[in-house]
Amino acid sequence: MNRLKTVICGVEFKNPVIAASGSYGFGREYNEFYPISEIGGISCKGTTLEPRDGNAPPRVAETPCGMLNAVGLQNPGVRHFVEKEVPWIKEQGTVCIANIAGNAVEDYAEAAAVVNDSAVDMVELNVSCPNVKHGGMQFGTTCAALSEVVCAVRKNLAKPLIVKLSPNVTDITELARAAADSGADALSLINTLLGMRIDIRTRRPVLRNNMGGFSGNAVFPVAVRMVWQVKNAVNIPVIGMGGITDYKQAVEMMMAGADAIQVGTANFTDPFAMPKIINGLQRYCEDNGIGNIGEIVGTVRAW
Amino acid sequence: MKYCQEDARIVSKNKITSDVFDFVISCSQSAALAQPGQFVNILADGFTLRRPISICEIGQGTLRLVMQVRGDGTARIAEKNVGDRLDIVAPLGHGFEIDRSKRAVLVGGGIGAPPLLELSKRFDACTAILGFRSADAMILQNDFEKNCETVITTDDGSAGICGFVTQPLEEMLRSGRADVVLSCGPTPMLRNVAGLCKKYGTPCQVSMEQRMACGVGACLVCACKTKSGMRHVCKNGPVFDAAEVKWDEQA
Repeated sequence: MNRLKTVICGVEFKNPVIAASGSYGFGREYNEFYPISEIGGISCKGTTLEPRDGNAPPRVAETPCGMLNAVGLQNPGVRHFVEKEVPWIKEQGTVCIANIAGNAVEDYAEAAAVVNDSAVDMVELNVSCPNVKHGGMQFGTTCAALSEVVCAVRKNLAKPLIVKLSPNVTDITELARAAADSGADALSLINTLLGMRIDIRTRRPVLRNNMGGFSGNAVFPVAVRMVWQVKNAVNIPVIGMGGITDYKQAVEMMMAGADAIQVGTANFTDPFAMPKIINGLQRYCEDNGIGNIGEIVGTVRAW
Repeated sequence: MKYCQEDARIVSKNKITSDVFDFVISCSQSAALAQPGQFVNILADGFTLRRPISICEIGQGTLRLVMQVRGDGTARIAEKNVGDRLDIVAPLGHGFEIDRSKRAVLVGGGIGAPPLLELSKRFDACTAILGFRSADAMILQNDFEKNCETVITTDDGSAGICGFVTQPLEEMLRSGRADVVLSCGPTPMLRNVAGLCKKYGTPCQVSMEQRMACGVGACLVCACKTKSGMRHVCKNGPVFDAAEVKWDEQA
């Protein structure tokens, strides 16, 4: 019995544990630790129409139970991604999710057209990157801008479309509905929270970009809350992420309403975080008589 | 296998200055793979990000790590004692290129000295030039002297030559006593070492430092701008050809 098999938008995952975009590159480095075919899928490093160098370093800072990053979407461009990375990921045998970002609506639409003609299984729209001056989060924080970019991408994309939501908004359910109404097949959340640290000796921000995306275990309760709110607001699948470090938190996120989960920062602390979560979910199902992990999705008994 | 996660046991621990600790850890898999100039990414209990520490010496099944306490994470690691375990990912990065017949000059500044010690055994003839703030910050002098000619400089003249490593280095370069220079230390020092090597046409390899997260080349946080584009200290480095580094764009 395959207790962990999960289907989202018609795409079959061997388990609901997906590497979060930006933490896992294209999987090559983690394939040294374990065969990446063990994980459900990879949401690849965010890609843009043209290659990008990203921000000046330092790009990372430790925080209590988490971290800040400000990589700034460094990537080799969508054509390189499609030609050099996607075939390798598909050879390994895991679900390949392209994560696309851009400066302008046209960039998103054109990048979507490029990945539409590839072996990518699904597309995740990054409208919530807090680390670039133009593009990214600005598309994900107002309903009108979000609808425009989702509609434009939808026109060029036959593959399932996941929209990754920003938590840096007043009411995430409004953005969730806007994305769903504009043609999103699924939603993923949360991207990083906008944060900042200052070195008190130099009075300089630790990050060269001043601000950065806050992730790691500290954000987990925020992510659970937002997944729960969004699950109750839309009727499309939800992929939950934000600070998940072990299988118990994966279960909690699924009970909040996540059909699958993504793991990012935890990979840095423990390169085997994802295989451990998968093994934990398997044991959890066996110990609790759960035939398929999907049975727990959204089963929180809210007061 | 290029690298692995390993549960290393601390075999010995010595405090060698007010903030520098000398550990030998038992880690057979990592030690068998390690090359000079590579590093170990160590989990500090309770912290999200591992701390990258350069490999000082490679033994039979052991690695020697000489590390400085820089902040809360390294302080947590330094609390560990003989017999305790360290969760490590190692060996990581691209180390030094070694041609043992070349006359090498190893230039280390402060906590940049440790990764050069293993190198000092791997050349038929080499000289180490080690610079420190002052005599009480001096580390590994005796270890280097066992392996090669060793020149010490201090900023305040409390030991060795008063001044910077670049003074004895320039004398060696000018007199044609160096075929290759290998260096590790603060970025301003590396920039000056690279500048001198360029001036005298001597090949130079530098070990760079940057804040890291994954340590294996996936997350792209430890950026280093080079003439062939953006590179990453954890995977393409820490050792780079000095002529490749865009020095005016290093902080």
